[in-house]
Amino acid sequence: MSRVDVRKTHKLFIGGAFPRSESGRTYEVTDANGEFIANVAQASRKDARDAVLAARSAFAKWSTATAYNRGQVLYRIAEVMEGRRDQFITEIEQGEGVSRKKATNQLDTAIDRWVWYAGWADKYAQVLGTSNPVAGPYFNFSIPEPSGVVAAVAPQDQSILGLTSVLAPIIATGNTVIAMPSPVHPIPGITLAECLATSDVPGGVVNLLTGAPAEVMPWLAEHADVNALDLTGIIDVSVAADLEKLAASSVKRVRQPAPDADWHATPGLSRIRSFSEVKTVWHPIGV
Amino acid sequence: MTFDYAPAPESRAIVDIDSNYGLFIGGKFVEPKSGEYFKTINPATEEVLSEVAEAGQADVDAAVAAARKAYEKTWSKMSGKDRAKYIFRIARIIQERSRELAVLETLDNGKPIRESRDVDIPLVAAHFFYHAGWADKLEFAGYGPDPKSLGVAAQVIPWNFPLLMLAWKIAPALACGNTVVLKPAETTPLTALAFADICQQADLPPGVVNIITGAGDTGRMLVEHPDVNKVAFTGSTEVGKAIQRAVAGTNKKLTLELGGKAANILFDDAPIDQAIEGIVNGIYFNQGHVCCAGSRLLLQESIAEEALHSLKRRLQTLRLGDPMDKNTDIGAINSQAQLAKIEELTKSGEDEGADRWSPACPIPEKGFWFPPTVFTNVTQAHRIAREEIFGPVLSVLTFRTPEEAVEKANNTPFGLSAGIWTDKGSRILWMASQVRSGIVWANTFNRFDPASPFGGYKESGFGREGGITGLGAYLDAEDKS
Repeated sequence: MSRVDVRKTHKLFIGGAFPRSESGRTYEVTDANGEFIANVAQASRKDARDAVLAARSAFAKWSTATAYNRGQVLYRIAEVMEGRRDQFITEIEQGEGVSRKKATNQLDTAIDRWVWYAGWADKYAQVLGTSNPVAGPYFNFSIPEPSGVVAAVAPQDQSILGLTSVLAPIIATGNTVIAMPSPVHPIPGITLAECLATSDVPGGVVNLLTGAPAEVMPWLAEHADVNALDLTGIIDVSVAADLEKLAASSVKRVRQPAPDADWHATPGLSRIRSFSEVKTVWHPIGV
Repeated sequence: MTFDYAPAPESRAIVDIDSNYGLFIGGKFVEPKSGEYFKTINPATEEVLSEVAEAGQADVDAAVAAARKAYEKTWSKMSGKDRAKYIFRIARIIQERSRELAVLETLDNGKPIRESRDVDIPLVAAHFFYHAGWADKLEFAGYGPDPKSLGVAAQVIPWNFPLLMLAWKIAPALACGNTVVLKPAETTPLTALAFADICQQADLPPGVVNIITGAGDTGRMLVEHPDVNKVAFTGSTEVGKAIQRAVAGTNKKLTLELGGKAANILFDDAPIDQAIEGIVNGIYFNQGHVCCAGSRLLLQESIAEEALHSLKRRLQTLRLGDPMDKNTDIGAINSQAQLAKIEELTKSGEDEGADRWSPACPIPEKGFWFPPTVFTNVTQAHRIAREEIFGPVLSVLTFRTPEEAVEKANNTPFGLSAGIWTDKGSRILWMASQVRSGIVWANTFNRFDPASPFGGYKESGFGREGGITGLGAYLDAEDKS
């Protein structure tokens, strides 16, 4: 007789913990053939608010951690993911109905992307920052700083690569994030949460809410303690437009949907720019 | 024996204001299809200066079409080197006509001639000069090997620095290869119309710059126009939010430079007299009509009394009156509506229990005026500590520790600027890193430069103007993953 396996309960990831949805709701996730995989927590407004609180609480420390430290923490995520290769690949293969080769390729690119952004943590300020030759006796310099708390929607396909491509540039620079993984393929995202929980990422820096972006995102879009929205994974243009309208209530930075993104291409700096503020400091020169 | 200042009025003979102005579309001044005109007045005398066209939908359509045509046929095809030369020409003509522009600005806006002559117009010329040189060097700016322009830019600017805000909008837009339709504020259209004349003198190709005058409705039609690719707005947070809503769901690139409620933080080790000069400049410069004005003064408790005493003594020497007089420190409030807003908010300060003080200050009979005003016993809950007054009104609060100063400075939805006054270098840099604002002035305030990026955090808007960072607002730098 074969062994009866022990199945996992798929929960949310908020403030470094794995709570069920406060609403008590779950939804069924199926594989590419429509066969049942798991019941996954379906996040509610209350969960979104809890996640904002966790992200805001984590911001002060994460945003002032040294860039070297943030780089190492991101690199550590790649290390921990590497140890779960088989689990990720199986989940991608099963959920997205792709070949093992394609699933492996997606995961490899995702892990490498964490490494890529880990390296940016202590370099982007040198690329985006400037010292400015003003016409007067002042030392004037500009440095990028994180925007704050970002609410992000991961792409609907390429579950782990899409989620990684959205998350990594947001946290590499010191933002904290509430992200919604692909609602159709959320399982690899939940496994990523387990990697984050066992790596060195402080609780609350990344919060993952499974569920329906169309239901949860409006609460985040109008939440006054959220500074920016990343609508990368929103497919419906009218939903994106409505979210951007809500975002205007507190002048949030909004990154537009990216329906045609090529996640396997090497990213540029525009994601890092989207969630950075440039601060300029004037300091007099004199004896 | 008392000494007094003799009048030192600047001559207005240098300006020649037409009795009415059309819209500047496709390189020519044209009558508005709307048939509507409105008056622009000198806020210091309430004298009507001119009548300007009020652009309606058909006029906005025509201006956008002219900008589109110029973009497709001329400007986007021109080499960066040639674009640069046109912008350099503009910078030079502004320098040549600087006194005329300063006088015109002061007449239409009410700001002291000393400020328009020594601050506004020199910065306008510098802004065009700086950006001209970028036009043929964009591939070195860090936005990729071949950064592309966006297309037609719709730009709406405020009345507090009319020509300077025009420069902040138009110079980077043109350098990056875009064409523009710009709407100046309805109370201060004249220097923008003079700029149209400068474009003609520079032989700028028709349609590259279009100036349409009008009020809020004209601005709304412009930013909502389906054929614009970029919207840039400087003004109130309330209107900025409305524009963000209007632009939602379009592919228009948006930058917003909105309100502020800056903290000017004075530590006990700062040289008090020098700091008081900076604090006075921070809030009373340009009648406080400055989005980055230091409208909240945070005094360290141990020196609060001494600093207030110095501040009040200094305010008694400020001269309010004829903006055309070269000795005037405080000019006219820009409009009746703005005066009413300042009066309403200052009344709330008294009603909510803060103590109001102004120096003895004769107020001219005609025009719109408000004396420099200081509120003490202000709490963070008071409206005068939370809302942007946009007038010569300072709210004073106190703090004990640097941490408390940071907490109070950041306790606002705005995040445009901050000032730090202390002799301790490490404290300056620590404070600068803690304050959530786009500009931090250490032992100075209200400094501007075309090479220095300007713009806010939080509800003060997004995007930067000036410097290499500001170019990003007018280039397509979005990579696709």
